[in-house]
Amino acid sequence: MAELGEGSGSHAHGKKGPVRAKKQSTRVDMTPMVDLAFLLLTFFVLTSTFSKPKTMEITFPVPPPPGSPKPEMNVNGHTFLLTKDNRVFWYSGEFKEVPKNGLPATELTEVKFGEDLNKLLLDKNDLIEQSIKEYKKQRLNKEIDDSTYRKLAVEAKGSPKAPFFVIKADDKAVYKNLIDLIDEFNICNIGKYAVTDIMISEVNLLNQATSK
Amino acid sequence: MPKIKMPRSNPTLDMTPMVDLAFLLVTFFILTASFKNPEPVQVLTPSSTSEKMMPENAVLITISPEGKVFFTITGFDVRKLTLQRMAAKYKLKFTEKELEEFGKMTSFGVSMQNLAKFINTEPGQREKFPSTGIPMDSLNNQLSDWIRYGGYEGVVKFKELKDEAAAAGRTLQTEPLRFAIKADGNANYIIVKEVIKTFTDLKIYKFNLLTNFEQGPTE
Repeated sequence: MAELGEGSGSHAHGKKGPVRAKKQSTRVDMTPMVDLAFLLLTFFVLTSTFSKPKTMEITFPVPPPPGSPKPEMNVNGHTFLLTKDNRVFWYSGEFKEVPKNGLPATELTEVKFGEDLNKLLLDKNDLIEQSIKEYKKQRLNKEIDDSTYRKLAVEAKGSPKAPFFVIKADDKAVYKNLIDLIDEFNICNIGKYAVTDIMISEVNLLNQATSK
Repeated sequence: MPKIKMPRSNPTLDMTPMVDLAFLLVTFFILTASFKNPEPVQVLTPSSTSEKMMPENAVLITISPEGKVFFTITGFDVRKLTLQRMAAKYKLKFTEKELEEFGKMTSFGVSMQNLAKFINTEPGQREKFPSTGIPMDSLNNQLSDWIRYGGYEGVVKFKELKDEAAAAGRTLQTEPLRFAIKADGNANYIIVKEVIKTFTDLKIYKFNLLTNFEQGPTE
């Protein structure tokens, strides 16, 4: 009963109750902090570089020991010659300055970077391209797993039947052309290529072709 | 008729979510940002469809559009030790301070004889230093020496780190030393060939050519 009495009397009591500390506002002005945050944000957004440079790994052929026979160029080998003004020429097989063994002397054919080059390479590399496509299909159908696919693809690219390509450049070529050509090889699944020194007879032929 | 009372809305709105987001982004950018090291030369690499990342631990040869050659190698200690070896070979003296400064430096493209002068140039002024490129003709192939000593120190350092990690039972985060060429797309091929020849003469046949990423044809 006493409790109840107290409860009912609390109305009158309330005003005289213990003195409460005045409630301070807990809000802090965050504007400067936000300003700073955005300033930093802008700074980092603008200065950070996302496009990390990528690389192309390339292995150069180990020079053969002196006195060993020169490697044979057959019809499966193609040579690309880079020269000034982003022009590229190519020929197949062995280089012949003069007609030899009943075969005509080497003639250079020009090919344009881009679609033409892509078409040419795909045409030359058709055999390998087909088998890699086949492997890809098998991988999609879950017949082989990723690691098997990679192994098979590497094997196909390095198979003896695969054509091989030689890149040579004269003094006037720029580095970009070399990268473009190697890149095109990679796109076309060509695994066998090498960059070597140009021969003087090839330079002469190139000069003839470009002066035309 | 009752009066229509527009509810008076409080003009201060709660900015907490926005601030949260802003700080989240700030944190993200601070953590992911990698600052571009000031380089003495601007190089525009050609683009390729290759998706391999740039090696973290590398001997990096930069070739400017004019065909000047610059050199750098990853690691403060490695750079210092390499310079010490080079100084011994070329019979030059570098002070401790110069060695320290060289350790902090990125690429440089001056001959050994001018290196001290280059090191003593204020970092901000180095871009204006008349860099001639590292000599690499057959009579005075300083680039070859840089690659050889740098490569040696880099490999030694990597082995040290590897042993340390193995002793502590950790897996090593750093990659083995690689050799990379970062050439401008318009650099003459003949210079690149010279550099490649310098590498192959040192029996280094595998290296990386830095490129920019470009979307390849989709299949």
